[in-house]
Amino acid sequence: MRRGGVLRLFGLFLVVALAGCGGDADSVIDVAAGQGSDKPAYGDTYIEALQGNISGLIPNVLTDGPSFEVAGLIYNGLVKYDKDLNLVGELAESWQYSRDCLDLTFKLKRNVKWHDQKPFTAADVVFTYETMVNPKTPTAYGGDFKAVESVQAVDPYTVRVRYKQPSAKALQSWSIWMLPKHLLESYAREGKLREAPQNRANPVGTGAYVFQEWKPGEKVVLVANPDYFDGRPYISRVVYRIIPSSATTFLELKAKGIDGAKLTALQFKRQTEYPAFRKAYNKYQYAANVYVYLGMNLRDPRFADKRVRQAFAHAINKREIIEGVRLGLAREATGPYKPGTPWYDSNVHQYPYDPGKARKLLAEAGWTDKNADGILVKNGVPFKFDLLLAQGSDEGRKVGEIIQASLKDLGVQVEIRVIEWAALLKEYIKKRNFEATILAWGVTPDPDQYDIWHSSKTSPDELNRIGYANPEADELLEKGRSTCVEADRKKYYDRLQEVLAEDQPIVFLYFRDGLPVVSSRIRGIVPSPQGINYNFNEWFVPRNLHRYTAG
Amino acid sequence: MLGYALRRLILAIPLLIGITFVSFLVIHLAPGEPVDIQSDESSARSDAKIKQLLIETYGLDKPLHVQYWNWLTRLVRLDFGRSFSPDARPVLQKIGERLPITLLLNIVELLIIVMLAIPIGVLSATRQYSTFDKITTIFVFVGFATPDFWLALMLMILFGIQLGWLPISGLRSPAWEYLSFWAQQWDFIAHLTLPILVATFGGLAGFSRYMRQSMLEVVRQDYIQSARAKGLSEGAVIGKHALRNALLPIVTVLGLSLPGLIGGSVIVESIFAIPGMGQLMVQAVFERDYPVIMGNLVIVATLTLVANLIADLTYSLVDPRIRVAARRGRR
Repeated sequence: MRRGGVLRLFGLFLVVALAGCGGDADSVIDVAAGQGSDKPAYGDTYIEALQGNISGLIPNVLTDGPSFEVAGLIYNGLVKYDKDLNLVGELAESWQYSRDCLDLTFKLKRNVKWHDQKPFTAADVVFTYETMVNPKTPTAYGGDFKAVESVQAVDPYTVRVRYKQPSAKALQSWSIWMLPKHLLESYAREGKLREAPQNRANPVGTGAYVFQEWKPGEKVVLVANPDYFDGRPYISRVVYRIIPSSATTFLELKAKGIDGAKLTALQFKRQTEYPAFRKAYNKYQYAANVYVYLGMNLRDPRFADKRVRQAFAHAINKREIIEGVRLGLAREATGPYKPGTPWYDSNVHQYPYDPGKARKLLAEAGWTDKNADGILVKNGVPFKFDLLLAQGSDEGRKVGEIIQASLKDLGVQVEIRVIEWAALLKEYIKKRNFEATILAWGVTPDPDQYDIWHSSKTSPDELNRIGYANPEADELLEKGRSTCVEADRKKYYDRLQEVLAEDQPIVFLYFRDGLPVVSSRIRGIVPSPQGINYNFNEWFVPRNLHRYTAG
Repeated sequence: MLGYALRRLILAIPLLIGITFVSFLVIHLAPGEPVDIQSDESSARSDAKIKQLLIETYGLDKPLHVQYWNWLTRLVRLDFGRSFSPDARPVLQKIGERLPITLLLNIVELLIIVMLAIPIGVLSATRQYSTFDKITTIFVFVGFATPDFWLALMLMILFGIQLGWLPISGLRSPAWEYLSFWAQQWDFIAHLTLPILVATFGGLAGFSRYMRQSMLEVVRQDYIQSARAKGLSEGAVIGKHALRNALLPIVTVLGLSLPGLIGGSVIVESIFAIPGMGQLMVQAVFERDYPVIMGNLVIVATLTLVANLIADLTYSLVDPRIRVAARRGRR
């Protein structure tokens, strides 16, 4: 998105300049906000800005964030993560593991109906499972069910899942969106779910909101499901407006054209701190499920030496990056788990900014001499490498430049090369044809990261791109995913974090903060490590603050 | 005349096939594959199986010439295929839902430009170096130099926030469904005002310059002098004799801008959140959605060829000399 990126960037400068001229827009900001009772009331419309178009309405065969956000209101899983990241029942009333961890039995809620009024039963669960494992189904998430041996409907409200071997992720895999058998069976059998009309219009789920309209590139409209099993949601209409430019999104917020959006760090910190904005909107901040890292190709003999990687970890000032790139709106990453979540281990070895130590580590690794340009030399070869960045990511570029400067002080020369994303992925990352790159990993609430760190996962389409191999890490990853005893898992993953901290296979940089903003007339929002959207059906607008009467 | 048009049409077919072949090759040889982008690797939940499945579904495992042949034989039956994007919708449907808004914007924009550019061009040519000419020259330079997105944001802030007269972005208000019929129309027009204003501003500058230049050349011709010598009024000289001749190059430029009518401006569309062709195409390119890219390309290529033909035919209508030359050539 080169043009879009440049455009957004310039747009932001412009808005900064304008915001500096005083909050002349204050007059349009609602003075009534902030008053009003806290008594929940039904009605009103909530308008949220999405940056990207959704790509469909059956999320099981999609992969993009905007589609998942919309689908989250239309569909349910058997289980879901609550605000503290514990798994709780959603369509499942309860579940039970057998003692050997191989049998998992779900009791389903009995009062659940599809949006077309047909009852939700065990047959739908079996159907969803069969669809996910059907080799013809174009889903990226079939792997979650690989360990399943069989799924059977014992009675209409009981499902028994049998596993081939104990699987730690068994329960969480059932947070997959349940699909209606009576509507999708014929499409699913043919592997044509993407072509099904429900992927374009009229998707049928069990969720709190019912689909009303999707105008591609423009908006998606949902209305409250009066028969929702967890009680009718308060807000009666949700409109997702697709607005590609973050500058436009920001202006729409100022003009009150939208009620909710995600802010950029610059907008959050510098452009929304004046009183009228604070009065009209509530801003939230939580660590998002993404961390940015510096990845080095460990097949390169220079990076294969862990002292070099440790030296880089000491040489890169993470605080400086967070301040400079995210204006402080990020959290230092010490490993692949999010600080403040149950799996995070804060006792691992850390690498504070310390150029002296970095120099010493490099010297130990044999990088002692410098050439005329001040570049470290070993066996006559100067320490130079290319850092590949994805085009259009302003954030990546800034991080790259700061790293470039820090390593230059150390005597390592970094050349930055910016490459369009699809080409970067295909020609460099997948072919393992890179020296170093800055990328991000998404993290899931479950701690299993077998695909990223296990030494068997290094073929072109697999995700251990850097070529990390450590027998102890392999063993911990295998053990961690094959038990259903939480306490054991905690032990394994704590140790894994220590191993990773010692090895520094990548330099963990930071977890970005999610920065949503929501109109202050909307109540019932309880921020959590999960963000704010998890309890959307409990959000409401006090009667006297309703803005949109229709619906 | 009819025979000539027919001959040109038949000749256009191999040309069109050639264009599509080269484009097909170029797009498929560009690095990056649609399937890489669809396997959600950043969340590390991805299953490599999906990649193989999609490659087979899309036929990307076949040799390039086979892929092209399959695509071409489908195209002959007017089957543009289905998008590679996960909505898997027919390409024609995807283009069809985006085309009307882009056409509407571009046609209105072009009409306004022509209606304003011709008088501006004529006036500044006939009053060369006058104050009016100088003002329009400055205006033209400003128009050329102003980036679309900057102007758009400025206008959004002025009209959308400070004055509150016009909506900032999108095509319709959130409560559009609940408005009366006329209110709906007004709402739609209000939403289109700023994008059209922005798009017109840049185009107007260029067009009025063409017109001025063309007019300046014509008024120096001998026949204009003779028209004046005949004692015709200045209005008749400029309006009748000079203008008609000066319009010739404008017809060419207009003809060439016809295919551009279906291509939206990415910048204007992104910033005003308008779901038009520009956004569709850019997204298709980034996702390597080959069927959508090719579908759009066929339409643009066809329109370009047709527009060229129309421009050539219009010449002979506007310029009698070409008509005569053509007739002589046939004899």
